Amino acid sequence: MADVTQNSGPDTRFELIVNFWRHFRTNKGAVAGLIFFLTLVVIALGAAFIAPHSPIEQYRDALLLPPAWQEGGSWSYVLGTDAVGRDLLSRLIYGSQFSLFIGVVVVSVALVVGVCLGLVAGTFGGWVDTIIMRVMDIILAFPSLLLALVLVAILGPSLLNAMIAIAIVQQPYYVRLTRASVMSEMSREYVMAARVSGVGTLRLMFVTVLPNCMAPLIVQAALSFSTAILDAAALGFLGMGAQPPQPEWGTMLAESREFILRAPWVVTFPGVAILSTVLAINLIGDGLRDALDPKLKRS
Amino acid sequence: MALLEIENLTVEFDTVDGRFRALDGVSYSVDPGEVLAVVGESGSGKSVAMLAVMGLLANNGHLWADKLEFEGYDLLTMSAKKRREIIGKDISMIFQEPIASLNPCFTVGAQIDETLKEHTKMSRGERKTRAIELLDSVGMPESAKALKKYPHQMSGGQCQRVMIAMAIACKPKLLIADEPTTALDVTIQKQILDLLLDLQHESGMGLIMITHDMAVVAETADRVVVQYKGKKMEEADVLSLFESPKNPYTKALLSALPENATGDRLPTVSDFHLGDEGAA
Amino acid sequence: MADDIILEARNLVREYRTKEGIFGKEHVNRALKGISFSLERGKTLAVVGESGCGKSTLARILTLIDPATSGELLIEGNPIDISKEKLSKDMRSKVQIVFQNPYGSLNPRQRVGDVLTEPLMINTTMSPAERRDKAMEMLVKVGLGPEHFNRYPHMFSGGQRQRIAIGRALVLNPSLLILDEPVSALDLSVQAQILNLLADLQDEFNLTYLFISHDLSVVRYIADKVMVMYFGEVVEYGTRDEVFGNPQHEYTQTLFNATPQADIAHIKARLAASN
Repeated sequence: MADVTQNSGPDTRFELIVNFWRHFRTNKGAVAGLIFFLTLVVIALGAAFIAPHSPIEQYRDALLLPPAWQEGGSWSYVLGTDAVGRDLLSRLIYGSQFSLFIGVVVVSVALVVGVCLGLVAGTFGGWVDTIIMRVMDIILAFPSLLLALVLVAILGPSLLNAMIAIAIVQQPYYVRLTRASVMSEMSREYVMAARVSGVGTLRLMFVTVLPNCMAPLIVQAALSFSTAILDAAALGFLGMGAQPPQPEWGTMLAESREFILRAPWVVTFPGVAILSTVLAINLIGDGLRDALDPKLKRS
Repeated sequence: MALLEIENLTVEFDTVDGRFRALDGVSYSVDPGEVLAVVGESGSGKSVAMLAVMGLLANNGHLWADKLEFEGYDLLTMSAKKRREIIGKDISMIFQEPIASLNPCFTVGAQIDETLKEHTKMSRGERKTRAIELLDSVGMPESAKALKKYPHQMSGGQCQRVMIAMAIACKPKLLIADEPTTALDVTIQKQILDLLLDLQHESGMGLIMITHDMAVVAETADRVVVQYKGKKMEEADVLSLFESPKNPYTKALLSALPENATGDRLPTVSDFHLGDEGAA
Repeated sequence: MADDIILEARNLVREYRTKEGIFGKEHVNRALKGISFSLERGKTLAVVGESGCGKSTLARILTLIDPATSGELLIEGNPIDISKEKLSKDMRSKVQIVFQNPYGSLNPRQRVGDVLTEPLMINTTMSPAERRDKAMEMLVKVGLGPEHFNRYPHMFSGGQRQRIAIGRALVLNPSLLILDEPVSALDLSVQAQILNLLADLQDEFNLTYLFISHDLSVVRYIADKVMVMYFGEVVEYGTRDEVFGNPQHEYTQTLFNATPQADIAHIKARLAASN
């Protein structure tokens, strides 16, 4: 039944998006994830207006204040304060900026470089392919967080270097994925048809083949967005990522781990923030995979 | 009594774009020892009825029928257990893609053995003898060696022979062949069709040939059912169908055959005012 | 011109070399073992054979995608060797191809309009407006309408897609069209429409066809000359009437006998034999 015709199919790009949304919508988890993620984006963009306090200002008279609903809490610090009297809610709100920024930068760098390397490897094959793929295998042979740590140790601990390190660690997945889809697309007849009509190699790579390889890459990008946030938090926790007093979630965890018994909220809220963001993005990724997978589309 | 009787069978599938009616009130029957060809183009629903009989409709499929009986057993109300006993033993099916229909992880011998184990009480040694016997009967060269081969080590024609061997392993009363030769070369197609007809002749089983190829119909069938867009257009014995087709669609199909071409142009289905190419 | 030969092949050989591992022995697989033929303008040569006979390899060489290992290829009298010199845009336009599977031969992310204008953009100096006009004209020629210009391939049926593929092949005004099983994947009724379209276009543009097929009934309908291939060799080559009327080679006879026939006399003979 695969070749039932759709003469009433979508006509414009807009309708294609509408069509995509209809498939995406069927996955309730993905929609919930998307709503959470969009809220987070709004919070990050409007942090300056939403946050009740400055993220780095220290209120010396309100050290380790519990959340408002607990005994001794105050409504001026809704989620309480940390060991030096900074408002947790404001720090979490500003922290979302870091997380999203890290995700966007890491994914863009890894995607662009990975796609280019994968395209080259898949198109030319031979020794070019061998060199690129062996280098990627070497990167994959290291435990990813360890490799990121080593890279940061060499480059020096800062948020920028952490992002570069994470992007390098994530690189091989994009290269492999791109290369595999390029190789399977290259053997299809429309590629040969393009060559018969005189399409050159560069155009063949980027205009003819690449758009047809995008679906798995988009899914991978969504999933590695969350990995990037997680890795950045881990590096921050180990003191190799964002440096205090930057309100990065992982760094916040690290700063407050000694209070885990005395003031559990200081550790809990950044942890919950990381968990729920990563979960939401993973749900979106799953939804994207379902909606973009042509095999499932027919059912 | 007819072997298989289908009366007013309708099948619908749920899709994202709503319900899709693949089969619309189709009736036909097969007698023992008869070759029935179900012919139609893509989208005609020619395979759907057989999938319904085999209980192989996907989860999104729904079916209604006035009657769906095999040897007097009602397939509509039958328990899943009883159905499993019949299917694979009394009714078996072969498919278009022989290489894809075999499990690539197991040898041919293991796959035939499994079919025999499932439906007979033979001992291990008997099963092996029977497997070799079966491969011999489908004309497989070096049948004892072939048992140890994996599907990828054989050609498409050989894989189809193995599929047929598995299908006839339990001496089925009805064999359904869904486009059994479409993926094969002409000379291999001839061999496989001859094999199927010989087996059918010897065992007296009913054979349903699902195909899009009128020439294959002409070479094999006793009786023909023509389908178009989920509806039965015509049912006739093979000679009268080719000699004097009643239905305009059948006429159109026959005149579109290049070997029937008279003059410079081939008549097309649209010349018979049946709708547009979108039906393809 | 009296002998207007579009395409001439002289002793074409194509070898594939494969190695088992780094130190393994090299295997030479000869896909084509010396193919020679010539093709006049406006005629149709059918190449018949079963899988593995080398017809797809031949198509790749004739469409100037792969070079031949040895032998000569002449297009309109000019020798061409793509392993030595870069192909001119003019030559590129001379030979075009239509594939078997209309679902695989169109880029799913390319609108029909872009499918038709891309060859013009690459090979000609036309302005975007001229390209658009030419593509529209071609769309109408192959039996589709201007309203299809902005649609994506998945909105079309198999037959309509094959029309688009034919349009793409013809938009550069080629003189030779390689048709690689162009109707094998289509339903019978659509097959008839496409064969009619090909016949019309051949008359209109004085096109030369090289028609690769395994279906003898189609070949008999469309071909002027027939070439039967078997394991990389030409075993039979002649006019349609010669080949169908009096096949010389054993393999050709086997092929003819194996082809199922739909005529009434044949059915009667079969029914009589089984009773």
